[in-house]
Amino acid sequence: MSQKIATREAYGTALVKLGETNPQIVVLDADLSKSTKTATFAKKFPERFFQMGIAEADMMATAGGLALGGKIPFASTFAIFATGRAYEQVRNTIGYPGLNVKIAATHAGITVGEDGGSHQSIEDIALMRAIPGMTVLNPADAVETEKLIIAAAKHQGPVYIRLGRENVPIIFADDYQPEIGKAVKLRDGKAATIFATGIMVEKALQAADELNTQGTTVRVINIHTIKPLDTATVIKAAWETGAIVTVEEHSIIGGLASAVAETVVQNHPVPMEFVGIKDRFGQSGTPADLLTEYGLTTKNIITAVQKAIGRKA
Amino acid sequence: MLNEKQLTSLTETARQMRGDIIQMLAASKSGHPGGSLSAVELLAYLYFYKMKLDPKNPKLPERDRFVLSKGHAAPVLYAALVERGFFDKSHLTSLRQLNSILQGHPDLKKTPGVDASTGSLGQGLSISNGLALAGRLDQNPYHVYVLMGDGEIEEGQVWEAAMTSVHYKLDNLTAFLDYNHLQIDGAIEEVKSMTNPGARFAAFGWEVLEINGHDFNELDQAITTASQIKGKPTIIIMNTVKGKGISFMENQAGWHGTAPKPEEAAQALQELGLA
Repeated sequence: MSQKIATREAYGTALVKLGETNPQIVVLDADLSKSTKTATFAKKFPERFFQMGIAEADMMATAGGLALGGKIPFASTFAIFATGRAYEQVRNTIGYPGLNVKIAATHAGITVGEDGGSHQSIEDIALMRAIPGMTVLNPADAVETEKLIIAAAKHQGPVYIRLGRENVPIIFADDYQPEIGKAVKLRDGKAATIFATGIMVEKALQAADELNTQGTTVRVINIHTIKPLDTATVIKAAWETGAIVTVEEHSIIGGLASAVAETVVQNHPVPMEFVGIKDRFGQSGTPADLLTEYGLTTKNIITAVQKAIGRKA
Repeated sequence: MLNEKQLTSLTETARQMRGDIIQMLAASKSGHPGGSLSAVELLAYLYFYKMKLDPKNPKLPERDRFVLSKGHAAPVLYAALVERGFFDKSHLTSLRQLNSILQGHPDLKKTPGVDASTGSLGQGLSISNGLALAGRLDQNPYHVYVLMGDGEIEEGQVWEAAMTSVHYKLDNLTAFLDYNHLQIDGAIEEVKSMTNPGARFAAFGWEVLEINGHDFNELDQAITTASQIKGKPTIIIMNTVKGKGISFMENQAGWHGTAPKPEEAAQALQELGLA
């Protein structure tokens, strides 16, 4: 767990690999290619890289046109602009016709840090999840990112991939093979289940390990695909562990908390607790300070698990 | 120059298309006649003379593309497609009804021959740029035609896209502006004083041509000229009459988004000689 790599970095690496093997891959960026890490692809395949300038709405609809022309476009910018500024272009020009566009959005969540609340997307999962037919991915580390980017390119249809700015620990071995739509059990336990997504998976594992030393065994499930949600795994966890905690670096409104709760309440209601951003905007600060301020630490997860277990009938 | 026979044939196609538009809208009891009627000659010219296409193979990879950025004028596109044989005339009366292949705005998943789903204004030029870039990458010689409304260019994205077309020197794309001077709330100049759109596009680096959008020979000449201009995109400003061809609809903003009642439709068809 010593090596730390940002998921956006792994995205840049994956793009180059894709570019080498698939001539249909094209990449668009809106003047952030050094930050989103599409610059490496741009250097290697200049004829397949389209610099769109600071014009995210135009970029998304252009990506749609490239897909209509048979290309597999990856459109990148910060998550706040990809899903906020260009929401309606993504909805109507990519989602509605079901075009084969991959939206790889970096700098998601509050760990953007010092840039502050205007740049911290806390609702991107909610927005993308609400679009019919949109696949929503949120990888936990660099290994998973690379594999999911490759999988997204093979997947037919629109995909949103949420990526982060900060370096995060490597969780998965090189031979790990995630599959779109399939949740991954990382720890088993009986007292409760933690569903975690993105960079919070690592903290969920720490929380589970600490609870284990106290004699409470907790199941940990990595939800790298928020949509389509692996509902069978969610329902099974509700039946078998009787308490659920969701953990995400995103608003609890419309994100993982909502997705899991929608399935749980319709199938097997059990006590649930949500670790996530509680209807607040972000602000400037170091990523570590922000995670503490917004209640997204290992300690917060442990407290939530204990609370959920305490509410069991 | 078009010869007499071509001219007669296109004129007749335009007349039939106007009839289709009226019948579609009368049956659906909703929709947009004004901006459909102003673009009839352009679509007749493109679909019956200019564009490489195959109604039996609507997804032909080397076909020319048409993007109706002003998607609310869907009836004119459906009229061109049905007259060209992309789908059966029996569908016309199902416009805007549940499970119809003819949606209120163009839907490529539902209608054979529709190249792009549009309707939310301001996005068609961006889509067209993407199509043009893909064609260039593949060395596929197809041409992309895109029609925008004059009110539509109030959308900021149009100007983002206008920069993109010029930056990438997209000479395999031709844009058209349906300059009929009216939008929903009234005259363009009153809603948002948008004067001289040609000069605006020229300032962005476009080649600009201006014609009477109801004259087939002018369309032919301008589109031919545009195809010879290399290294930059061309926009053809078409001076048009909203509601063209139906006396009581011409130049009336009120006919932007109102369907004709049965007696109005009957009168319109009579004027077209199709009653």
